[in-house]
Amino acid sequence: MSETPAIELRKINKSFGPVHANKDIDLVVKKGSIHGIIGENGAGKSTLMSILYGFYQADKGDIFVDGQKVTIPDSKAAIAMGIGMVHQHFMLVDNFSVLENVVLGAEDSQLLAGGLTRARSELKRLEDEYELRVDPDALIEDLPVGLQQRVEILKALYRSAEILILDEPTGVLTPAEADHLFKILEVLKNEGKTVLLITHKLREIMAITDTVSVMRRGEMVATVETEHTSMEQLAELMVGRSVLLRVDKKPAEPQAPVMEVSNLTVTDSRGVQVVKDVSFEVRAGEIVGIAGVSGNGQSELLETLAGIRSATTGVLKINGETIDLGTSTLDAADMRDKSMGHVPEDRHRMGLINSFTEYENSILGYHRDPAYSKGLLMDLSVIKKNAVDEIEKYDIRPPNPMLKTANFSGGNQQKIVLAREIERDPEVLLVGQPTRGVDIGAIEFIHRRLVEMRDAGKGILLVSVELDEIRALSDRVLVMFDGRIVGERGANAEEGDLGLLMAGVDTNSKSLEGGVQ
Amino acid sequence: MFEDFILILDSTVRLSTPLLLACLAGLYSERSGVVDIGLEGKMLGAAFGAGAVAYITANAWLGLLAGIAVSVSLGLLHGFASISNRGNQIVSGVAINFLAAGLTALLGQTWFRQGGRTPALPEGGRFGDIVWPFAEQIREIPIIGPIYAELFSSHNILVYAAFLAVPLTWWILFRTRFGLRLRAVGENPAAVDTAGISVTWLRYRAVIACGILCGFAGAYLSIAQGAGFGVNMTAGKGFIALAALIFAKWRPASAMLTCLLFGFLDAVAIRMQGQELPGVGEIPVQFFQALPYVLTVILLAGFIGKAIPPKAAGIPYLKERS
Repeated sequence: MSETPAIELRKINKSFGPVHANKDIDLVVKKGSIHGIIGENGAGKSTLMSILYGFYQADKGDIFVDGQKVTIPDSKAAIAMGIGMVHQHFMLVDNFSVLENVVLGAEDSQLLAGGLTRARSELKRLEDEYELRVDPDALIEDLPVGLQQRVEILKALYRSAEILILDEPTGVLTPAEADHLFKILEVLKNEGKTVLLITHKLREIMAITDTVSVMRRGEMVATVETEHTSMEQLAELMVGRSVLLRVDKKPAEPQAPVMEVSNLTVTDSRGVQVVKDVSFEVRAGEIVGIAGVSGNGQSELLETLAGIRSATTGVLKINGETIDLGTSTLDAADMRDKSMGHVPEDRHRMGLINSFTEYENSILGYHRDPAYSKGLLMDLSVIKKNAVDEIEKYDIRPPNPMLKTANFSGGNQQKIVLAREIERDPEVLLVGQPTRGVDIGAIEFIHRRLVEMRDAGKGILLVSVELDEIRALSDRVLVMFDGRIVGERGANAEEGDLGLLMAGVDTNSKSLEGGVQ
Repeated sequence: MFEDFILILDSTVRLSTPLLLACLAGLYSERSGVVDIGLEGKMLGAAFGAGAVAYITANAWLGLLAGIAVSVSLGLLHGFASISNRGNQIVSGVAINFLAAGLTALLGQTWFRQGGRTPALPEGGRFGDIVWPFAEQIREIPIIGPIYAELFSSHNILVYAAFLAVPLTWWILFRTRFGLRLRAVGENPAAVDTAGISVTWLRYRAVIACGILCGFAGAYLSIAQGAGFGVNMTAGKGFIALAALIFAKWRPASAMLTCLLFGFLDAVAIRMQGQELPGVGEIPVQFFQALPYVLTVILLAGFIGKAIPPKAAGIPYLKERS
């Protein structure tokens, strides 16, 4: 235990204007361990890692690498100290080959040829040593995300990184790909490398780390041995109060269908079919979850139903009314008139106008409603009263309707959108990624609110790439892969089963061969 | 007929040269992610600088250096606005075009009092044609003779420099470390930054390379092809070069072919001036002059493959604050 730690941070401070992102952070990372750093969005994890990787400079505090006090003025210095980072958004050049991406910044000399040759043989060696197989001549844009991430890891290893930082590495991966990544991390650890894993997923921390540090609002609140802690304890440390990780709900009592979709096909602007002959129904009083890895047609499905995107063919029955989606010209406002609420997947792009105030955003899309107008003018007193009511009911903080929504946290922004859609009392609610970038406390609230709505006899279609969320909320789960619904499972579907379906493998049909890359 | 054709090709080469130099200049800049609509202004500034200095010193080489200096300075201005201060690259480029158009005319008039032109160049102030060995003897051989003597021989050194710059640019772009980084920074500057390379310095180097080539292009107009600077003598060549760059999809060899095509259209236009075509009548010069733009629009509309610019072109790089 007296071994020099791989990394030691002492009293690290960093502010961005008035925001104190890191307060007196102390951290000791043991050599050859997998050390998790967990915390909610905005807790300061990424800032801390960016300081370690030389992307930002700390305002105050000391960094020790291998017992040596160091300053890290830029990424180049971090790389030279053997620190490698796999960013959440991959730092790859899409139209370069794997080989070119690996040598970028570590080319050996002015001419490329030598560096490329060395990289090719070095990649071969790394491939054998760590089982990181990837074709060096493939273009990045042709690779699935799991392999792109592998290239990022190879980049770090090629620069002989001894300490590897991974920032939210599983966000874009299927469960199978995530498992594979964890295996790779185990191998790295066994080879003596140190791994720092940043995540907000408790499950990953429990599955793979040796030690875990918890951050909350810019402070390091605890560092514990993973085997001596539990998910509940970590969640409490992250949020600062005890939280319910499970959604409490009674079995659904589905009634008549409120929404029926048949043979829906959607083609995107490139002319590619993104939704292929999809049919399903949503009944009153149930939550239907659509699971799938991001980019398998769920977003387009949701947008089409919401009236934002047009379909090639397909029929939608909603509240008894039949609409031919292939020929209809209904837009988002028309769909709302048919009692369909929509919580879009990306609240910044489609849900809110962040330079508008909270009360303006609270009627966005419903601003034509006569209840909110006096003749040609907006009835501001009614609108503001409505906003104040929603703020209270949804515990939106800070409780100030005059504030621009840009100044609210992710969780509170999401509550503003949810309040707006749910309070119009639609028969059907389309919900996309309701808890993306939302802290645990708000997740708990949002989930409860959706279940309440279901119990009030409404139909909910939930699209989420978070498998945990799908499993926690859904009464039925549909899995989308490559634009098709490839399977349906009940309320208590197994995670592994769903994971395979998400990768296009149906265990019921027993075609498991070789698994997924 | 064959002689005519050779003559048209000969003038194609002469007319393509400034386009090619400016197009390759734009290639360096845009491949690094800095959109450069100021090629025109830089060329014009360089033409003036070259013309003025070549007149005063009676030395074409000093003229060329002066042209490069002016063009690089304008490039650095563009860099300062759009790289260091993350300004809008189009606005900065347009500003440089106005600046060059105004300043050259103003300084030209103040210094030389000839309506903004520079006086005719003295002996030595101009790049002369280089006649290849045995050109006169071989000229009489059919086919090969004229091709050798007219098409290959008897151009000034900047013409050869322009065409040599094509393989050189390809080699730099795809065979050197600088080229790899240049291409990377135009696609994903964050990847370059996290690899420990300075995005700013890399883009500045690209802008300087662009300035040097624009300097060649401008000098060619005033002290190689022409014999002095004339007001607004670039006459939109910078914009045609930009169109050629898009048409060539930011690739060196295609850039050369495109510039030759555009130069050829120009040569034909000059040749056809006042001539009747059987069955068609006289074709207006404007038709040929418009063709490069028309072709580029057709390309952009997606009829001849797709022109995908470097992904980060036009976007100032800012470290994201997470």
